[in-house]
Amino acid sequence: MWKDKAMRLLMLSAASTSIFLVALIFIFLMKESAPFVLKPGLGALIDRQWIPVSFVEEHFGILPLVTGSALVTGLSMLFTIPLSVLGAIYIAEIASPVEREILKPFIELLASIPSVVLGFFGLVVLAPLIKNLFGLGTGLTALTGALLLTLMAIPTVITLSEDAIMSVPRAYKDASQALGASDLQTIFQVIIPAALPGIIAAIMLGVGRVIGETMAVLMVTGNSAIMTWSPLAPVRTMTATIAAEMGEVSFGSMHYQALFWIGLVLLAVTFVLNVIAQRVLVRYGMMK
Amino acid sequence: MVETSPFPADTEHVITTSKVNFFYGATQALFDITMDIPGRRVTAFIGPSGCGKSTFLRIFNRMNDTIAGTRLEGDVRINGEDIYRNGSNVVRLRRKVGMVFQKSNPFPKSIFDNVAYGPRIHGTHDKQQLAEIVEKSLIRSALWDEVKDRLESNALGLSGGQQQRLCIARALAVGPEILLMDEPASALDPKSTIRIEDLIGELRNEYTIVIVTHNMQQAARISDYTAFFYEGHLVEFNATKKIFTKPREKQTEDYITGRFG
Repeated sequence: MWKDKAMRLLMLSAASTSIFLVALIFIFLMKESAPFVLKPGLGALIDRQWIPVSFVEEHFGILPLVTGSALVTGLSMLFTIPLSVLGAIYIAEIASPVEREILKPFIELLASIPSVVLGFFGLVVLAPLIKNLFGLGTGLTALTGALLLTLMAIPTVITLSEDAIMSVPRAYKDASQALGASDLQTIFQVIIPAALPGIIAAIMLGVGRVIGETMAVLMVTGNSAIMTWSPLAPVRTMTATIAAEMGEVSFGSMHYQALFWIGLVLLAVTFVLNVIAQRVLVRYGMMK
Repeated sequence: MVETSPFPADTEHVITTSKVNFFYGATQALFDITMDIPGRRVTAFIGPSGCGKSTFLRIFNRMNDTIAGTRLEGDVRINGEDIYRNGSNVVRLRRKVGMVFQKSNPFPKSIFDNVAYGPRIHGTHDKQQLAEIVEKSLIRSALWDEVKDRLESNALGLSGGQQQRLCIARALAVGPEILLMDEPASALDPKSTIRIEDLIGELRNEYTIVIVTHNMQQAARISDYTAFFYEGHLVEFNATKKIFTKPREKQTEDYITGRFG
C-alpha cells in the first residue's frame, strides 16, 4: 500500500519536474533582473542605446537588441513561411511515395545539424556571398542571420505543416474533385484552408525556435547593437547579447542585471508564442 | 440478357458501358460489364459488400482515377462520348456528373461557400449570380427553409441529414445532368433517410440518378431500374418491379430474399 503511494509520488514529481523548472527559471530571471527594472526606472527601458561598457556613460537600453531580434526573425519568416508551406504541400499532396521517402529524411537531417556547424557554413559561404552580392563592407548582416535561421526553422515548420495537411480528411478532397476542381484548386481552396490552424501553429513554433536561436546568429549577424530596420546592416539579437556578454560581466552589476532582463523578455516572448500555438492547435482539434 | 429489353421503346440511354473490366493493381474488381443506363430515371445498384457496385459507380465520373494503380478496360460513354479516351476533359465530365458520397462531406466552410464552391471554381464570381445559384440549389435539395437565415454559419454545425442534403445542393449547383449517389443515406437515421429518398423522388424527372445502396427496400422504393452485382459481375439488370417480384437469376433471388449478403 505505502509502496503504491510512494511510487505514485515519485512519478508525479518526475512528471512535474518541468513545471517546477520553468517556474524556477522565471522566478530566478525576475529576481536577478528586478533591481535593473526597478532602479533606473522606465528611462532605461526605453533607452535606445546598448553600450554596456564605457568610460563615459553606460547605456542599457535593450531596444536595439529587441529590434535586432525582430528584424532577423521577421526576415527569416519571410523566407521560412513560403518555403515551408509550399514544401509541405508538395510532400503531403503532390510527391510520389518515392520522392517523399527521399525528401523526408533530408528534412529531418537538416533539423539535426548543430547550430554551430550551420554557423560555420554561414560564416564561410553565406557571408561572403552576401557581401559580394550587395557590395557591402561586411557580409555579417541581419539578412545572413535570417537565411541561416531559415535553414533551422524549415524542418520544424515543414514537418508540422505537413502533419496538418495530412490530417485534412480525404473526404474533402474527394468532394472537391468530384465537383470538377483541379488538383491545384483543391489544394488551395479546400485543403490549405482546412489545415490553416495547424499551419499557423507550425509557424508560431517556428518563430519561437528562431527567436531563441543563439549560436548561429552570434556568428553571422555582426553583433553591432544599433537600431536599424535594414536587412543589410549588422545587428545584434537578444540571444547573441546574452551569450556574448554573460561570460565577462561582473556579478551583480547593472550590466549583469540588464542581461537577465533580456533573458526574461525573451522567455516571455517565446512563452506567449508557444501558448498561442498550443491554443490554436487545441481549438481546432489538431493536438495529437 | 436474353430477355426482351426492360426499357420502353423511347428510352434514351445516357450512360452506356461495354465490356468494362476494372483492376486495382493485379486484382480484378469488375468483369465484362455491359450496361445501358436510362436517362432521367433512377437506377439502383445493389449487391453485397465488395461486389463492385461502388467501383462501377465511380467509373462514371472517373473518381477511380484518383486511386493509384487502377486500370480500366472497355468502353464507357456518356451521351455517346467516350469519357476515357485520351484527352477527355475530366473537369467537364465532373461538372456533368455530380456525386454524393456515403458519408456527408461538407467543407469546413459556411453553408453558402459550400454550395458556391463548384460554381466558383468553374469561374462564376458574380455575387448576384452566386446567390441565385445557392438559393436555387438549396431549394432543390429541400434545405433552403432550414438554412436560409444562417447561410454564413459553418456547415459542420448542421445535422447529419442536413449535411447530406447540403452535399446534394453542392452537387446540383454546378448544373449536372447525372447524379451519382454512393449509399447516400447509409449513415443517416431513418427520418433523415426518408427525406433523402423523398428528395431523390423529386429530382428523378430532371436528373439521371444512379444510386448505390445496401438497403434493398430503399432500392425497391426509389428506383425505376435495379442492377444486381455479385463478385464483380453484373448478374441481372431489369425494371425494379421485375427484379423484386420475378428475378430471372437464382443468385438475385437468393440475395433479395436475404439468403446471403
